[in-house]
Amino acid sequence: MAKLDQHFFDIGYMDTLSAQQTPIHRLDPRAKLITSLVFITTVISFGKYEISALLPYFAYPVFLGAMGNIPPVYLLKKLLLVSPFAVMIGIFNPLMDRDILINLGGMSISGGWISFLSILIRFGLTVGAALTLIAVTGFNAVCMALDKLGTPRVFVVQLMFLYRYVFVLVDEAARMVRARSLRTFEGGGSGIKTYGPLVGHLLLRTMDRAQRIYLAMCCRGFDGEIRIVKPSKFGIMEIGFTVGWSALFIFMRVYNVPSLMGGSILELIK
Amino acid sequence: MHMADALISPTVGGAMWVASAGLIAYSSKKVKDDSDDARIPLMGVVGAFVFAAQMINFTIPGTGSSGHLGGGMILAILLGPYAGLLTMASVLAVQALFFADGGLMALGCNIFNLGFFPCFIAYPLIFKNIVGSTLNKRRLFTAATISAIVALQLGAFSVVLQTLFSGISELPFDTFVLLMQPIHLAIGIVEGLATSAVVLFVWKARPGIIRSVKTSAPVGNISLRQVVIGFLAAAVVIGGILSWFASSNPDGLEWAMFKTAGTDDLSNPPEGLPAALANVQEKTALLPGYGFKPNKAEHAAEAPSSEPLVNTGKTASGLIGGAITLLLAGLLGFALKRRKTSIEPD
Repeated sequence: MAKLDQHFFDIGYMDTLSAQQTPIHRLDPRAKLITSLVFITTVISFGKYEISALLPYFAYPVFLGAMGNIPPVYLLKKLLLVSPFAVMIGIFNPLMDRDILINLGGMSISGGWISFLSILIRFGLTVGAALTLIAVTGFNAVCMALDKLGTPRVFVVQLMFLYRYVFVLVDEAARMVRARSLRTFEGGGSGIKTYGPLVGHLLLRTMDRAQRIYLAMCCRGFDGEIRIVKPSKFGIMEIGFTVGWSALFIFMRVYNVPSLMGGSILELIK
Repeated sequence: MHMADALISPTVGGAMWVASAGLIAYSSKKVKDDSDDARIPLMGVVGAFVFAAQMINFTIPGTGSSGHLGGGMILAILLGPYAGLLTMASVLAVQALFFADGGLMALGCNIFNLGFFPCFIAYPLIFKNIVGSTLNKRRLFTAATISAIVALQLGAFSVVLQTLFSGISELPFDTFVLLMQPIHLAIGIVEGLATSAVVLFVWKARPGIIRSVKTSAPVGNISLRQVVIGFLAAAVVIGGILSWFASSNPDGLEWAMFKTAGTDDLSNPPEGLPAALANVQEKTALLPGYGFKPNKAEHAAEAPSSEPLVNTGKTASGLIGGAITLLLAGLLGFALKRRKTSIEPD
């Protein structure tokens, strides 16, 4: 969470990306959400020493990103930024698991290194899929999909409210941080004594804002029930997308595609 | 502290999803039944506040580093357990989707670790008991600090268990616990200080906010037993569904064996009820065949016997195939990317 400003700046950028008009963006959000969940489930269901069979799965995020016009360098940078936890836990695998699993022309590779690499690939796949999902769908559309798929309305509304106001409040917090640093020298004013009132004021202002929002909602006829306009349809495109990709994921789960390809090429050479 | 997709198995991820979905459904119902409409915008905006507050740092006394608010405990204190859990879950969902903190499959774990413990354990059992019926500064401070620490300790322990049951990481239980708990004790103290600083300020400025929540949010009669039973049931069901899938999967060694043996026995996994039951039983033991010490010995014993099977030829075919796959994926990207109008971050 060190680069939080950068993160929030990213939310705005992701929002811009999700507002594009491509065939992928136009798909019903439910199709993309369900397909991404199938994708993640199949990816994490592999055994821990699996590497080669995981590789074809990169086709999905690459397809979404390319069709949805998402800059790949940006996504990769984002992936690297958030990798610490998986890497930190994964790096213990080579230390703990030293059984030799593969002998490659005299070089022995222990199971730990293989499972570590596997963790990194899983990380890239799952996080990449989640990021491209949001970049080609948009947060509000994901919320609509959740609503249509039966998530409690209160929670969906909560997500949409949070997303709407996160921009406002983050700007406010950024102004406070800037004001504090302008008025102090060499990190002064950053103690816990200042922190409490600073964040406390932000909280009080937030609650006042919530009250104003509530009153404004009441003025517009809010009666405790939230109504969401959902102009979406699950057509032939959506069915094709969901079923096609899911079938491919399961196929790649059952058959190790790279190994098959590599094997047949070796056969050809012979 | 966020659990990651890369470290969990579908059984653990799915079970935690079911548990968290249940918590969300239950809390949603409670919040809906609570006829206070003003709470709906309040929850949303306070959720956004948690993000904003994370931008404001403070220096940790005695060290050079800085800390910020985590969220779970202050949400429980300000909004009560149900609204607090929903708000924390929404914060985690946004973090998972936008910041890739954790992941979609691990979201269930994260909601449980960072939402359930502060809202349903630390808040009712610790915070409320310490604060008691009469509010004062010292009690509020102690309650907020201790409950934040305990919530984080429980959450960290839960991360250890989830990682362990998933069997993807090799870290043995005791090492992992010794690694996680002290780190999260330090983080918890910082979090506790930050939480109590904010709570004390709010109490001083507008005591009504703290008091009204404290009186108006009774914690319902959730029995821990029901939660545990529901959770176990979910694990059994999901484990059962996924086990056929997992068991028909040749992992590294089995795959090599199948290739050399030249039989496609593995594509026809044993069928029928006994096999299914055996699978369920295997999975419900929550010990996938790998990752635990006793099994590792087996694995080690197994490895040499199958060593001739993992010959260089097989590995080469894997490597060649892998390289081609990656190349194809890259080409796919280029082929599909017709539009050159890229959007640059300004």
